[in-house]
Amino acid sequence: MTNGTDLVVVDYRLGNLFNVVRACESVGLPSRITSLPADVAGADAVILPGVGAFGDAMEFLRDSGMADALRSFAASGRPLLAICLGMQLLMTESYEFGRHQGLGVVGGSVIRLNSPAGLKVPQVGWNRIAKLATANGQANGQSNSQSWDGTLLQGLRDGEYMYFVHSYYVVPDDSGVVLTTTRYGETEFCSTLRAGNILGCQFHPERSGPQGLRIYQQLAEYLKTAGQ
Amino acid sequence: MSLLVHTETATEPVPTVRFVKPNLRLIPRLDIKGPNLVKGIHLEGLRVIGKPERFAREYYEQGADELLYVDIVASLYGRNNLLPIIERTAREVFIPLTVGGGLRTIEDIRLVLRAGADKVAINTAALRRPEFIREASRKFGSSTIVVSIEVIRQAEGTYEAYTDNGREKAGVNAIQWAQRAAELGAGEILITLIDREGTGQGFDLEVTRRIAELVPIPVIACGGAGTAEHVVEAAVLGKVQAVALASILHYNFMCHHSGNDDVFAGEINTAFMRNRKVASHFQDATLPEIKATLAGKQIECRHTAMEVHD
Repeated sequence: MTNGTDLVVVDYRLGNLFNVVRACESVGLPSRITSLPADVAGADAVILPGVGAFGDAMEFLRDSGMADALRSFAASGRPLLAICLGMQLLMTESYEFGRHQGLGVVGGSVIRLNSPAGLKVPQVGWNRIAKLATANGQANGQSNSQSWDGTLLQGLRDGEYMYFVHSYYVVPDDSGVVLTTTRYGETEFCSTLRAGNILGCQFHPERSGPQGLRIYQQLAEYLKTAGQ
Repeated sequence: MSLLVHTETATEPVPTVRFVKPNLRLIPRLDIKGPNLVKGIHLEGLRVIGKPERFAREYYEQGADELLYVDIVASLYGRNNLLPIIERTAREVFIPLTVGGGLRTIEDIRLVLRAGADKVAINTAALRRPEFIREASRKFGSSTIVVSIEVIRQAEGTYEAYTDNGREKAGVNAIQWAQRAAELGAGEILITLIDREGTGQGFDLEVTRRIAELVPIPVIACGGAGTAEHVVEAAVLGKVQAVALASILHYNFMCHHSGNDDVFAGEINTAFMRNRKVASHFQDATLPEIKATLAGKQIECRHTAMEVHD
């Protein structure tokens, strides 16, 4: 890329990345799909999207050298947006069909949603993301939870609906990284995590209508400011 | 009669932690023939009613939760128009899009996903060779594979699965087939009630409930919604997680945009739709109107900033 920001979308040969690229386009953010570790190493920002199985995804990332590139990138301070399975891959380990090691960029594990009688798992559809301390009640803006200001969620209202498709969720070791929680059945889970330059979301912002696109818009504005 | 007396919450103790059920999804269904949006009755007697992308954008802006495109004649003729329609839609609509109709191979699915679909609905190919469900869900992930079941209630009260828009009996019980499809790796089940489709007489709540209670995955009911109250019934009595809507929305949109060339180019027949509306069970509605009815019955669904009421 001759000028502008080099945003790469990591392809690990599962799932559909095109709608992530289209969401970036819609906010004026050019991006390119890659499965080459060198592209990640040199990128200004990385999106790790995700649909598919944890074990298969990690196998591809390890075998291709992408896992090491992503760990280095995450430590570099440059923005990393990890979506759905991408967010889960950041964790230490997952219990999806056995036990698998993750990237270990964020300490914690990935476990299955409880499915009491009558509750559909996977969760497929729209659900609310709420600030941690107020997830169970009304938003009052005065909680001791992480503020959304300065994160990619800036400008979204507490309790916004986002589109989810998942059977598993992350449990970070440090609850301080939990930026939003979501309730499904009896479970309240971490639906967005933030650890420095890393933002992980369990929902799909590129499928979450205008509200989801605001997350891409925030990324575009951040990169524009950073590039000046 | 209040439908809410039938919900679990009326008979079970209130849990200490609020139990969050899935939000009901409203999914506009757009039947596509060539470059056009079409509508018929029982998936027959198709009439051209407009440009699919234009209807899709309208429903997106009204707060649709997903969209469903069905290439209605794909199993009979070629398909040269579908992929460009998907591509144009994906550039301006940022909610999940499911595409069905005549998808027979892994390569068919790959092309539709590459064009911008998030999920595919498969029917005939899965009935002919059930292993196709397993192969496709391994390849693209279970959440990408919706198994579509066309159902007709038989005189003796059983439910049979059909192919080719209800023309061919598959020789399989629809309820057993739904369970088998879920076991093979389907991510969702789409039940199309052929004998209700386009009639506005409401869903067949028995078959939707039996399937929804049987399979662990989400179930979408399609065919028969003529009023917002029918959508309420599908959720409360039919136990489904999503409802696909066509005529009830299309009528409303057409009545408010007739004569607009941007919406209705070509050989369209809006008089057909308007006349039928008068003579049928339909009370057309917008998505926000249907969601307001649902909210009044304590059925949770997504409300968006775009539909903030004045």
